This record gives sequence, structure tokens and C-alpha cells, in this order.
Amino acid sequence: MKSITLAHGNGGEENGRLIEELFYRHFQNKILHQAEDAAVIGKGALAFTTDSFTVTPLFFKGGDIGKLSICGTCNDLAMMGAKPKYLTCAVIIEEGFEISALEKIVLSMKYELEKNGAIIVSGDTKVVPKGSVDKLFINTTGIGEIRYKGISANALSLDDVIIVSGSIGRHGASIFLEREGMEFSTALESDCRSLWPVVEKLIEADIDIKAMRDATRGGVAAVLNEWARQSDICIEVEEEKVPISREVKGVCELLGFEAFSLANEGTFILAVSAQDAPKALELLRSIEASSMAEIIGEVTTGYPQKVLLKTPYGTSRFLELPSGELLPRIC
Amino acid sequence: MGSLALKDLYEGFRDPKTIRALVRSIETEAEKLKRDIHIMEVCGGHTHSIVKYGLHQLMPNNIHFIHGPGCPVCVLPKERIDHAYRLAMQSDVILVTLGDMIKVPGSKGSLQDARAKGAEVRYIYSPLDTLRIAKENPEKKVIFFAIGFETTTPMTAALIKHVIDEGIENILFHINHITVPEPMQLLLDAKRSKIDAFIGPSHVSVISGANIYKAFPEEYHTPVVVAGFEPVDILEGILMLLKQFNEKRCGVEIEYTRSVTPEGNLVAQKLIDRFFEKRTHFRWRGIGDIAQSALQLRGEFAYLDAERIYSELLPNREIDDHKQCICGDILMGAAKPVECTLFGNACTPSSPLGSCMVSSEGACAAYYRYGNVR
Repeated sequence: MKSITLAHGNGGEENGRLIEELFYRHFQNKILHQAEDAAVIGKGALAFTTDSFTVTPLFFKGGDIGKLSICGTCNDLAMMGAKPKYLTCAVIIEEGFEISALEKIVLSMKYELEKNGAIIVSGDTKVVPKGSVDKLFINTTGIGEIRYKGISANALSLDDVIIVSGSIGRHGASIFLEREGMEFSTALESDCRSLWPVVEKLIEADIDIKAMRDATRGGVAAVLNEWARQSDICIEVEEEKVPISREVKGVCELLGFEAFSLANEGTFILAVSAQDAPKALELLRSIEASSMAEIIGEVTTGYPQKVLLKTPYGTSRFLELPSGELLPRIC
Repeated sequence: MGSLALKDLYEGFRDPKTIRALVRSIETEAEKLKRDIHIMEVCGGHTHSIVKYGLHQLMPNNIHFIHGPGCPVCVLPKERIDHAYRLAMQSDVILVTLGDMIKVPGSKGSLQDARAKGAEVRYIYSPLDTLRIAKENPEKKVIFFAIGFETTTPMTAALIKHVIDEGIENILFHINHITVPEPMQLLLDAKRSKIDAFIGPSHVSVISGANIYKAFPEEYHTPVVVAGFEPVDILEGILMLLKQFNEKRCGVEIEYTRSVTPEGNLVAQKLIDRFFEKRTHFRWRGIGDIAQSALQLRGEFAYLDAERIYSELLPNREIDDHKQCICGDILMGAAKPVECTLFGNACTPSSPLGSCMVSSEGACAAYYRYGNVR
């Protein structure tokens, strides 16, 4: 059965295989193979990335597709220690889309760009007949100026400490509920936000950053697994230390999801040297966007290329890459 | 529903202190036993919890878990998954089902593949959502592909009642509801595995009541404790079973008292009885034919039965799993997932070959997903 299914876009196992076996195989080059959030170019001076955005609904609790399209690309740059500078913006619009809604989206892009100190310098507009796209797709591509060198998913080593910047799974849980029209938690909203202001403070404070990644599709589980594989180390996580809001826990209970696999759009994972961990945590907690930051685990030699989740009552299990489409269970 | 009500579902039932205390009590009882006890958790939900929370790692050496066949998607034979696929591929049909069914491959592919080829497949949380889909698509036939044990049957029955009461003409049913006691009995009769005791399913028992397990202590001298899905529930259930052995008792007990009674939900049972009757036989994937183990629509509701209406389109030729697949042994409690040569290599959750890998509630999927750290 050789056709693309929704599982190929899940940020997990099938998605990874498609990228490896098709795109990497044919496009192969050294820079692409680094497999980072953004490519490092220009002799290490610049970070370069692209992302396309499609979300239902277009306006959701905590943001909209416009805000998301700026946060997504700028955050990918920020995660490489780069200050977002120049972005392009391409939109594909379905015939019949309301101009007032489009303006609302453009304004929220503008507002989010200001937070990053970035500007749109080029763009493209396409309108397609009704039914050819689902309302509106946005692509943004961005260039950032690297302010901190050497951040890499390949750079983790023994005793490094893993920190999460906030409570996990909020974007995935909240979008899922809105898309399916299930309203049972008013307090839950997407964590969508720009991360450069937080990263800038970490760099200014001279924190020894090893790796950094925003836990978007595939969630925390995907990031930690990629790090474990790329750096050939084991990451041990204390389950009870991972901040998960009551609302997200409730959604996971009801639908059989795992908060670790749900998408985030403004929450990132940070790996720092053990000696800098307390300082990094204190700094993160002093910033509103990351006030819920926690140390959740450390790098060990336990099970190379695996992520081990440990419970407070002495059992443990592997946290695997999410696979398949996000589906609720039967009973 | 407020978030306060949600936390009540699980808070307290994962408390580390309580878990440690229960493990100590289990150790004390297990020491008194002086023999090995094999406990089958019948339901896939329990298997999932045991592996997810690592409860097997907390057991004394003489207490063993055997994973049971209680995963409705796992035991659905391939030919019936093909039914779903074929129905979905009809241009005037919208196939509606529960989430877990979407990625299960039949011989032609999964419903996910059907959808990629243009079929209309929707998954829902409550069967009653089918009413809205039917209303929005009056020109289409909406077929509800019903799966599940006693837990989900009342919801299908409720949908049937709406369809009849409201005279809705574009909803049909393909019924794959199965029942729990018959396979449990078959497992004991087959003697393929040593089952000393059962942890009874939680949600099935909410509907059917704990009394449906009476035959096991009475005729097979095998005790049953109906336990909830949380770690504390399962450990408490194990402790209750061990106490039965040590105190030379053998009966049906309920740990999950916050939801389960001996009689069950009589209103739901009546509703099921109104629309459904037992099939004489039903083939379980990996296990084979089990008499009286599934339901079908009563004859008077044949006009709602997609299986009868589309019978020419729906072949019933039996399709077996991969030759090297040992799901049959696993479902019979005679083998563990890691004993299979396909496990984790040729057979993974994203491309499952055997039934125990297809649904997240299956034993192989649970082992794969959470690893088997010991």
C-alpha cells in the first residue's frame, strides 16, 4: 500500500522514515544531514529554516495560524541560538476566504514578528479554486544570526541535565479538543509563543547550552528520542518531575493519549551541563514564558539511544517515538 | 465537565506511597503461598496499565502475569476488517467507527489507506455522533462499524434506538460486538496455559456486572477479582486474589467498587437484549471459533444490518495471519510477545503483522510501546 497517509506527517516514526528514505536519500548533503531545527550556513554565522503551516481551526485558543507561522519558524532559529532576522512569507489561499479574516491573521503575524525583532522581506501569494486547499496554508522561511555556537542534537554527553521550559502537551491537547468540537475545559489553551526572548536571556547569562529544541509535532517524546539517537546516549527522565497541567492530564485520561507525544508550540527542551543546570533553571523560572521550568532528567549510559521514564515507585519503561496517527482509544 | 471532575478519575490511584504499601502486602502474602501463581488479566486495558506503569517489575518472583485476549480490535479477524474496507470504498457510503479501527490493516489495507484513496471514513468518540454525520449527509449511507466488548455495546444499542425512534433512513450497522466470559472459558478448557486466577475486566463489568464470572470459581475453581485500570486498583486486585489463595477461599470479588456491582447496569443490559442476539459462532483472530461469543442484530432489525444488506460485497473466507506470527499463542496465554521472532522487527505498531500489535491495547503493542524493562 504505497501512498501517503496522515501518519506520514505525525512528527514520529513514519514521518521520520519518509524523510530519511525519500528526501535525505535524494537531497543528501552535509548540512542537511545535521538534522537540526535549522541549518547552519555561512561559516557558522547564520541559521536558515522553513516551515509550512496548516491548522484547523485557523483561530484557536491561545493563537491563530498567523501567530503560529511566525513562532514556528522563529523558534526553530532560536533553538539554534540564532536571533531571528529576516523572514519570507508565502500564502496559498482558497477562493472565497474572507479578507477580514486574512487581515486578522496578517496583523497577528506582524505582532509576533515584533516580539522577535524580525521582519518579512519577501513574499508570495497564490489563490486556488475552492476545495484545492483547506482555507489557508502559510509557509515562512527565516534567516537568523547565530549568537551562540555549537548547539546540536549531536552534542549531548554524560551527566548533562535535561530541562523543560514549561508544562507539556498544551497545544496538541487544546487543538485536538477544538477540532473535534469537544468543549470541557475552558482553562486549556495552546502554548503558542515566541521563544527568542527566553533564549536571548540564556545566552546573555552565558549558560553552557548543549542542545535545545522546541517540542512541536511528536512532542517531548520525539525530541528526547532524537537526541538519544543522534548523540548515542541514554536519557533518563523522572516522570513525576515533568510538568503536565491538570487539563492536559484530563484530556489524556479521557482519550488515551500520552502528554509526552502531544505537540507544543512554545515549550522547549534544553540540555545543559550539570554544573550550569541550577543557574539555567533559576533564570528560566524568573521569566514569565518559562516560569514552570523543571529539571526532568539527565544523560546516562544506561540504555544507549533510548529514553527511560522512571516512576516514583521504582518502575521504569521506555518512552518511544510516537507512531501512527493521533487516535482516541475505544474504551 | 469541569477539570475538577476529570482529576477525580485518577488522582489517588497512582499515589507512590499507596503503591509501595500494596507491594509490601503482596510480598507478604506471596511468601505465604510457597508456590507460583499465574494471574491472567483478561482485558487489554489492564495489560496496557501493567506494562505502562511497570507493575510486573514490582511483583515477587512467584507471581506471574499472563496477558489475556481482551482487546476487541486485536481479535477481530482480517476478513471482517476487509468488510469495513470494502464498505468504506463504496462511493455512496460514509464509514463511521471508533478511533482504534482506523489503522488496523486487513488484506487490502487499513481504513487509513482507504481514506487516502478517497473513501469517506470518520472516527468518533460516541456512536451518537453518527446521528449528526447522517443528518449532514442525507445523500449518503452512513454505516456504523460497531466494535467492542460489553462496554461499547450499549452505546451502539442507544444509537439503534435513536435511528428507529427518529425514523432515520440513512444509518446502517455492521455489528462486531463480542463478549468476555466465553473466551475466558475457552482458555481454561483449552489448558494451553496455567491460569490460576483472573483479574476481571473493569468496564465490561460495569455493564454486565461481576456475576457473569460466577462459573469460574464454581466450575473451574479459579477465583476472579474485578479491578479498575489504575495501578492501585490492579495491585489491590492482586492482593485480594492472593488472600483468597492463602485463606483457602475461591470466589468472585469486586475491587472496582466505585463503578461495578454484582448485577451491573440493568437498563443497559435490557437495551442490548432488545436489539441483539447471540451469534452461534464467531471467529476470533488468533484463537479461532468460539461458540456464542458475539452478537448480531435480531432478525426484526435486518433492515438496519449492513452485513446482510451488502452480503454479496462482503466475503467471509477466513484469512490467517503471517505464518511465523504467534499471536494465537499469546492470546491463549501460552507465550509472551518477546518470544516471537517477528516482534519489533517485521512487526511493529506502524506495520503490524499480527493481531496483538494492531491495537494499542494489544499485548505486543504494549510491550513495544513501553519496552519490557525488567
